[in-house]
Amino acid sequence: MNIPSNILTLILGVALTLISLWYGQNHGLMPVAASQEASEVDGLFNLMMTIATGLFLIVEGAIVYSVIKFRRKEGDLTDGPPIEGNVPLEILWTAIPTVIVFILAIYSFEVYNTMGGLDPMASHDHQQMMAEETMESSQLLAMDNSRLALGLGQSPEGEQTPPLEVNVNGIQYAWIFNYPETGTVSGELHVPVDRPVKLNMTAGDVLHAFWLPEFRIKQDVIPGRESLLTFTPTRTGQYPVICAELCGAYHGGMKTTITVHSTEDYQQWIQDNTFAQVETDGDVALIGDR
Amino acid sequence: MEQVHPQRKWQDYFGFSTDHKVIGVQYLVTAFFFYLVGGAMAEVMRTELATPDPDLVQPEFYNQLMTMHGSIMLFLWIIPAGAAFANYLIPLMIGTDDMAFPRLNAIAFWIIPPGGIFFLCSFFVGAPQAGWTSYPPLSLVSGVWGEEIWILSVLLLGLSSMLGAFNFVTTILKMRMPDMDIHSMPLFCWSMLATSALVILGTPVLAAALILLSFDLIAGTAFFNPAGGGDPIVYQHMFWFYSHPAVYIMVLPFFGVISEVLPVHARKPIFGYRAIAYSGLAISFLGLIVWAHHMFSSGTPGWLRMFFMATTMIIAVPTGIKVFSWCATIWGGKISLNSSMLFALGFLSSFLIGGLSGVMVASVPFDLHVHDTYFVVAHFHYVLFGGSVFALFAGVYHWFPKMSGKMVNETLGRIHFILTFVGFNLTFLPMHPLGLQGMNRRIALYDPKFQAMNELVTIGSYILAVSTFPFLINIFWSLWKGKKAPRNPWRALTLEWQTSSPPIIENFEEEPVLWAGPYDYGIDTESVDGDEEVDDMLAEVAGSS
Amino acid sequence: MQSSAVNESQVVIDSQQESGHHGHPDHRMFGIILFLISDSMTFLGFFTAFLIYRAIMPVWPPEGTPELELLVPIINTVVLVASSFVMHKGQVALKKNDIKGLQLWFGITAVMGVAFLLGQSYEYFNAEFGLTTNLFASCFYALTGFHGLHVTVGVLLILSVLWRSRTEGHYSSSSHFGVEAAEIYWHFVDVIWLVLFILVYLLQMS
Repeated sequence: MNIPSNILTLILGVALTLISLWYGQNHGLMPVAASQEASEVDGLFNLMMTIATGLFLIVEGAIVYSVIKFRRKEGDLTDGPPIEGNVPLEILWTAIPTVIVFILAIYSFEVYNTMGGLDPMASHDHQQMMAEETMESSQLLAMDNSRLALGLGQSPEGEQTPPLEVNVNGIQYAWIFNYPETGTVSGELHVPVDRPVKLNMTAGDVLHAFWLPEFRIKQDVIPGRESLLTFTPTRTGQYPVICAELCGAYHGGMKTTITVHSTEDYQQWIQDNTFAQVETDGDVALIGDR
Repeated sequence: MEQVHPQRKWQDYFGFSTDHKVIGVQYLVTAFFFYLVGGAMAEVMRTELATPDPDLVQPEFYNQLMTMHGSIMLFLWIIPAGAAFANYLIPLMIGTDDMAFPRLNAIAFWIIPPGGIFFLCSFFVGAPQAGWTSYPPLSLVSGVWGEEIWILSVLLLGLSSMLGAFNFVTTILKMRMPDMDIHSMPLFCWSMLATSALVILGTPVLAAALILLSFDLIAGTAFFNPAGGGDPIVYQHMFWFYSHPAVYIMVLPFFGVISEVLPVHARKPIFGYRAIAYSGLAISFLGLIVWAHHMFSSGTPGWLRMFFMATTMIIAVPTGIKVFSWCATIWGGKISLNSSMLFALGFLSSFLIGGLSGVMVASVPFDLHVHDTYFVVAHFHYVLFGGSVFALFAGVYHWFPKMSGKMVNETLGRIHFILTFVGFNLTFLPMHPLGLQGMNRRIALYDPKFQAMNELVTIGSYILAVSTFPFLINIFWSLWKGKKAPRNPWRALTLEWQTSSPPIIENFEEEPVLWAGPYDYGIDTESVDGDEEVDDMLAEVAGSS
Repeated sequence: MQSSAVNESQVVIDSQQESGHHGHPDHRMFGIILFLISDSMTFLGFFTAFLIYRAIMPVWPPEGTPELELLVPIINTVVLVASSFVMHKGQVALKKNDIKGLQLWFGITAVMGVAFLLGQSYEYFNAEFGLTTNLFASCFYALTGFHGLHVTVGVLLILSVLWRSRTEGHYSSSSHFGVEAAEIYWHFVDVIWLVLFILVYLLQMS
């Protein structure tokens, strides 16, 4: 191995680290973060981008350097040095990725846990909800008894504000949101800022997936099964809701919006829409189509 | 000297032959035909996606194209192309005259053309539109006959790849020439062992899933249909139990190709032979226990998501070993930048990106954001195009002189590489930010805010399409007017170069001589007890003949 | 050289005396074992799907599934297990170059195999549920049907061995690939049946 002088290596290493660290924070690839979960995921992604940038530069650098430096001269028929391996080096490049993926796995686990992915209570909530709801099929109800919750439950951290529950039904090609507290039905999702929202989701026909890009969360919506998604919006505004599981020809058109209101605006919206219930009922499917 | 030995006539390549070399070429040409078909479908899709509205084709037809594109590229292009190299090279590399079961081998190939044409015929009854994954319940409600043809074709093609795998394993394990122990066989054979193990263990499970899906579709059972009490998630598990290993089935043979190409054109021994050999087996084993990472956002409970995240991330370690070893192989060598080497280096740099994004999508919280988006589309194209297809072209340029007896035109080869590399990156690199920003996959219509980026992608895909022409011209021109290839134009050490180009029927004029390891470049290979022929071959490799 | 197509070793099941060309050793048995490993994965797929359904459905078999009649399947099990031993006697006979013995024992095995298939058909015709009655019924027919298909193939293999054994010297104590292949396949089908019997019949009892 043709190892450059120590100082050069050091300078290269420092430059590499700095570039990676800078790019890991400034890649600008993610859309705005509108929920607590989103900032967690972005932190994780930034770390992964930092490591990926570093590795990318090292390996591509080695390739480009080799191609420039180690070219065969015209007419040179000799072979390169007969190096068949280097055990310490091989151990090193086995160990480093091992450590990296170990760190990433632990960090991902932490983030996932914070997002509520391992919430053991979720399954209980979910069953009670199922029992109260109108599940005519006893089979379906019973079916879920032995299952763990699918999706994201309450985060184990922070104060446990009772979440706003919304029932979500995915059908080809629309989302229908049902607010059990007030009986409101809507084709768009409206939620207050800084309060946990819990979506109890099911599908009416085929598989769908409920995706909020600005919230960095996604969960498949499965006919005959309930899944849930809990998140806390932190930023007011209007964001897309997208179906991310192929559900038919107009899959690309199956989207609507989520509006994060300030608490007052949200109350206003609930009031407006609870009274206007009768009119909106019929239009629900159409709203989703837009 | 070559005239004494019988050669294949060109007609032999169009009929039923049990010669592994003929079958290998037949596989490669058939697969390439389907690559053009699948590629044409991709170009229609990209043209449609140049604008946000579904204005070129109906969304139903878009979904058909998308389903067919995926299925064709996987089952009729990359998997058979891997089998092509395996068929052609394994007996030559291990110094034997044919496969263990030549007739079975021919049958395995002859399933593919009718299977592929049957598959294409599904357009007459409405092609399947549920994606290559065919998730129920959607696959049960979007056209019965298209879907059924999809199932039958995949079963047929799966059978073909299983028959091939039985052959490869038996041949590699049982038919090596007497002096060749398992640790001195070429790495391509190791990678085919790892691949075949996955085919043998994985494909039958897919078959089971598809048989049950077929019952649901035709007979009205409800294995996977929630409306009748079944469970669509069970299908996903069975499907991915095969289809994740399938990714390795598609990439491992080409890891093998790279391990062959790099040492020859860098004039250096492969770095870490055993590490590369065993990391392939490790990938193969781990590949069997990671399938549910395709289902992180699906019906997978939290703890199971964590388990599959851990196993998936571990795969980065053996993959990393391979990539680093390849880099170390070229480091300090004497690199000839010919077409084969260019594609091999293109493989290294593109596959690296696919590998890095692969570790990212293995992380559950991040995958919950990008699953089923263009980020994932970018990821697997970097693995399967940047990985498999680049390595495949490296292999084609490397072994074309052996297969045809003609040298290729290097200038056209370099043009092919540059167009492919630029087109490929222009097509798939922008898909990463697209996915992260919120563009989901498998859609015919999308948010207008993504249009600029999509136009860029479409232009890239056109460059990729154009890149095929220099390749085709090169192949046909070289076959017709190319310079005659010597036995060993690259001065390589593996046994396939010890016979004429193209090799005679039954491969070797006389028993091949194992006078060096497959990668002993630069190692002093002094003549073995003054054997004249060995001296000749030594001189040939040293370039002084 | 043009005749190389005819010259080369036969496809798995085929049992030419010639064991490949140019004196390669015979690898067909190895190929058969690879095939059986692969085939067992198919069954593993079916069995796992069945077990998952069993695990996630709280009422299993689903309500309204009639009790399975056990008499016929038990007889079937006994017949199939016994047939494996009978068949082995045939192979032992061949090892002593006793072709008549081979024909006798393989003949009995074939009859037992057909008896099994008849018993299975009897069960199908008398079952109180159809293919689409519910998930359990569908699984029952898919699993037993796929196994029955394997038994049918096994019977055909045995019959083809019997057919070939009429040729003088086709099988001998030193050339018996077809006999061994048929036998190992039959044992495989037998073992699969035992697993299937436990899963589909016995586990429903409790």
